[in-house]
Amino acid sequence: MLINVPETVVADALRGMAAAHPELVVDAENRVIVRRDAPVADKVALVSGGGSGHEPLHGGFVGPGMLDAACPGEVFTSPVPDQMVRAAAAVDSGSGVLFVVKNYTGDVLNFQMAAELAEDEGMQVASVLVNDDVAVTDSTFTAGRRGTGATLFVEKIAGAAAEEGMPLERVEALARQVVESSRSFGVALSACTTPAKGGPTFDLPAGELELGVGIHGEPGRERRAMMTSHEIADFAVDAILEDLRPRLPVLVLVNGMGATPLLELYGFAAEVRRVLDEREVAVARTLVGNYVTSLDMAGCSVTLCQVDGELLRLWEAPVETPALRWGR
Amino acid sequence: MSDSELDAAFFVRWMVAAAASVEREAGRLTELDSAIGDADHGNNMQRGFAAVVKALEADAPTAPGAVLTSAGRQLISTVGGASGPLYGTLLRRSGKTLGDAARVTRQELRAGLRAGVNAVAQLGGAAPGDKTMLDALVPAVAALETSFEAAAEAAEEGALATVPMLARKGRASYLGERSIGHQDPGATSSALLFAALAEVAA
Repeated sequence: MLINVPETVVADALRGMAAAHPELVVDAENRVIVRRDAPVADKVALVSGGGSGHEPLHGGFVGPGMLDAACPGEVFTSPVPDQMVRAAAAVDSGSGVLFVVKNYTGDVLNFQMAAELAEDEGMQVASVLVNDDVAVTDSTFTAGRRGTGATLFVEKIAGAAAEEGMPLERVEALARQVVESSRSFGVALSACTTPAKGGPTFDLPAGELELGVGIHGEPGRERRAMMTSHEIADFAVDAILEDLRPRLPVLVLVNGMGATPLLELYGFAAEVRRVLDEREVAVARTLVGNYVTSLDMAGCSVTLCQVDGELLRLWEAPVETPALRWGR
Repeated sequence: MSDSELDAAFFVRWMVAAAASVEREAGRLTELDSAIGDADHGNNMQRGFAAVVKALEADAPTAPGAVLTSAGRQLISTVGGASGPLYGTLLRRSGKTLGDAARVTRQELRAGLRAGVNAVAQLGGAAPGDKTMLDALVPAVAALETSFEAAAEAAEEGALATVPMLARKGRASYLGERSIGHQDPGATSSALLFAALAEVAA
């Protein structure tokens, strides 16, 4: 691993972000990343955060048109309420703060505590929970579906809405619409290595793959002999379509888990498009790359989000962050 | 020792012993967590209890309740994940229930911890049998009526009893049936907390 010692991995990365991105204020000590022009007058502020190890999520999505602040936790561990409250206070213009929270027990509990503390300080806070992973059986007896690739769609679309000056209730409603319209499925070709453990988080022999993995190196629901890109695309897209049959065109995210080359991801994106064509699902836009990663895990995930005219317009709106950047 | 001797210094010793135990067992906790979670429970607990001890060394409260409240606050501010809010709430609520009495009895501590455990159940939405820290905490608090030793034994048995359980809460629940056959890391660290309590009471 390209590290000094496991204890300083997150702080070291934050110092690097500060060096590379002068347009952000990176507080490595308190672990808060804020866009430099925050608080932006009369704008709803978006704050997200989560365990480290998923880069560029979330810090790489801080900037105009997306997040106002991000709070990185330890590797695969949610940040603490103190970070979130500090971030909210730094970006709140008085127009309110929206917390974007991935559905993991730790993230939910810490953001819940942070929302209470921020409200005590007089801030108006709303929260949206991202839970798009169809590999997890959703029931009141489980922790519910995980938040994965759809987080990027939520942060981009709600971020654009906030940038246009929409009020908190509207930004929150759009974020919820994105969550309800999105589904994901992930596949691992290898386990990942956490700096603290120094070895693979689970044992996956070469020649086998895990279907339905999350983004924390946790094993999936099913193990099979290696499949081709063609077969994996069939399996992943069908798992999603079984749960959400889109009536509108979809945004497609073909996401790398960290160690799969773009050459393979683009090949996989072609297979995903083929399946969608065969299933007669219209594609509005496709994004391919490593956005919601799991350290050095090899593998990929597919996220579909069905979009109406407004969601598509907000997706297309300009964005200026380290990891996602386009103009008009 | 007689029950009325549970003063603030006793509670500080308990937290110091818990920190030492978590430090010693960090590797095992992380190992258990890598089987059904995300391989960080040992490190997170280690970081949290190190902060607890540091805060108590800098400014030791004079009431047992305040020691636990301070410890809980440190855990919430330093651990993250689910463990931070859950362990933090356990100690904070227990501490608040003990109030500002300078000394407490074992039965009063039991009542305080019971309030803390109830708060954990409410926050996490879990119940005994879900393969969580509650499977060690609930029997431990019940057995504290008898003795510190009995509480530690009940916690240890409770942690071992999570092995055949199907996880219904937290990250292990994503594994479904594959969570069966592994000991819950949170129940294991909860047992360490009660072992530390028995150790300082002996």
